[in-house]
Amino acid sequence: MKTTHKMFMGLIAILMMYAASVNADNNSATNVSNVIQQSNEQSVQIVTACDGKKKVIVEGYKEGEPMPEQKAREVAKLLTALMGYCEEEITAKIPETEIAIQLSINGDPFISVTAIEELPLVLVHGGKPHTEREKRIWAAELNRMIDTGYKIFHDPTLGTNGISCDMCHPNASNTHPETYPKFQTQTKKAALLRDMINWCIENPQEGKKLSDDDPRMKALEAYIISERTGVILEPGKH
Amino acid sequence: MSIRKRKQDRKTENESLSGLNRREFLKTAIATGVFATGSGLITSCSSQTLVRQAEVKYGTDEFTFAYISDSHLLARGREHRFAKSLIKAVEDVNALEPQPDFVLYGGDLAQLGLKEELSLGKEIIAGVKPKLYMMVGEHDWYFDMGEVWREYFGKPTYSFDHKGIHFIVLNSVVVEDYWSKPKMTPMERMLFMAQLDNPKGRPFTVGKEQCKWLSNDLSAINKNTPIIVFSHSPLYKLYKAWNFWTDDAEEVQELLSTFKAVTVIHGHTHQALTNKIRNITFHGMMSTAWPWPYAPEGIPKLTVQMDRPDPFNQFDGTGWGIVDTLHDGNVNKTYKLWDRNPMIVSYDKVSTGRGLVPGPSY
Repeated sequence: MKTTHKMFMGLIAILMMYAASVNADNNSATNVSNVIQQSNEQSVQIVTACDGKKKVIVEGYKEGEPMPEQKAREVAKLLTALMGYCEEEITAKIPETEIAIQLSINGDPFISVTAIEELPLVLVHGGKPHTEREKRIWAAELNRMIDTGYKIFHDPTLGTNGISCDMCHPNASNTHPETYPKFQTQTKKAALLRDMINWCIENPQEGKKLSDDDPRMKALEAYIISERTGVILEPGKH
Repeated sequence: MSIRKRKQDRKTENESLSGLNRREFLKTAIATGVFATGSGLITSCSSQTLVRQAEVKYGTDEFTFAYISDSHLLARGREHRFAKSLIKAVEDVNALEPQPDFVLYGGDLAQLGLKEELSLGKEIIAGVKPKLYMMVGEHDWYFDMGEVWREYFGKPTYSFDHKGIHFIVLNSVVVEDYWSKPKMTPMERMLFMAQLDNPKGRPFTVGKEQCKWLSNDLSAINKNTPIIVFSHSPLYKLYKAWNFWTDDAEEVQELLSTFKAVTVIHGHTHQALTNKIRNITFHGMMSTAWPWPYAPEGIPKLTVQMDRPDPFNQFDGTGWGIVDTLHDGNVNKTYKLWDRNPMIVSYDKVSTGRGLVPGPSY
């Protein structure tokens, strides 16, 4: 944290110096390249970090033209954030008018991020954005688990007396999975959601409890949690 | 509960009602030497009190009836927990002193509409000592489209008069045909209907045929006659996703709109529910089997929600109830909750909105 902070302040200072003096030479931390004329003749400035792997292209400013302080801070903040990813070669583009930042990681095509905070998400899979196909596969796999849970939740054969989970918990209501782990006063011990699922199987449903790694238990948890996600918490009502 | 105790309770509930109740009126009438006929029609009145009392010209006898509802029996004998609960309710009703004038069964006697389930239910419910009126629920109906239920209990739609009140029993669980096209088996049709959170579920209706019957039935009734309607589903729109809903509720409400005192008592929702729409007061019935959670939206403002039942106590949040009719034909409703104090929803509270706050007992 401290190192980042120091580096950030250093970058600010350097950029401020640069903004104040058009003729400033290259220095050890930041290298300002020559003017790049893009095909649309748009004026840009390129700020390169000391490791030579991170570049920020600032649109709307000619090479050598001083940036206002706010812009300089924005560039410094972005460059500092990029420096956190030592191995990656990243080119960032700050468009003149749009809010989104364009990122190219290790030579891949530019992708949009709206905030620097999104960087970890973008970079966690080796800097490659997920393809639509991948996303569909993952969603299908997740939904398969949830659907299995839905079926078990509505199936009286989980117990022995004809009672199924949904008979007391339509849409998994009153299961409040977000409140676990908690001390369950009735059983006098701390319980996880799965402990209460097993309690229901053994008591109202008069069935045999599931082991913690039983795929049916995992599916039930997946269904209950997915069904209750985003439901308003009402303390005192559970 | 002793007769005196209950009458006291009733008196407390009634105390802010204008005018005297029938019992007090009779007392006054006897004291002043004036004679009243059974219908409360005053043959001679000179005192101010009695002029005021003339408003109850169409008043009814106060009486009490009980209800039991939503037992969802499975064909697993009298030892199954749901059967035990129904037996408990029957015993509780039979222990009432004095006995209620009659008992209404609110529907969903069976869980999957099987003959074995309905037979078990018929056998147990036959144990109630007072006269029994039956209403149908969707769990009784959609395995064989009510064949066994009708064989055992007769028509699902009928009316009767009792001590000046006109009672109507409806089959409010009519839905459009969802089973023919996909060629569902009777059990598939039943399971489709039995699932409360079925995303493809169809809304309940009373239907055109019954509305016509109702309109006809009501045409012979004086507008001052109090009406009490029994329906399995609430005759209003609460939460469609769980079928706490009757799709043509407004049409039925419209047919009842010209009557002075109208009460609808419904099952299906397995929870305490209170509503008032124009001239109609609505009350829910407890289930003997299990409580449903409250719906995430649509709960009427007048409803005081029960606290969440304790799943470790099979009888918590379940029970049966009694209905005390008032001289003007409106009712005080009491939820008899096993293992909790009774929850009284008086007409005074419903009509004024006062006093509808959760108490320490529920």
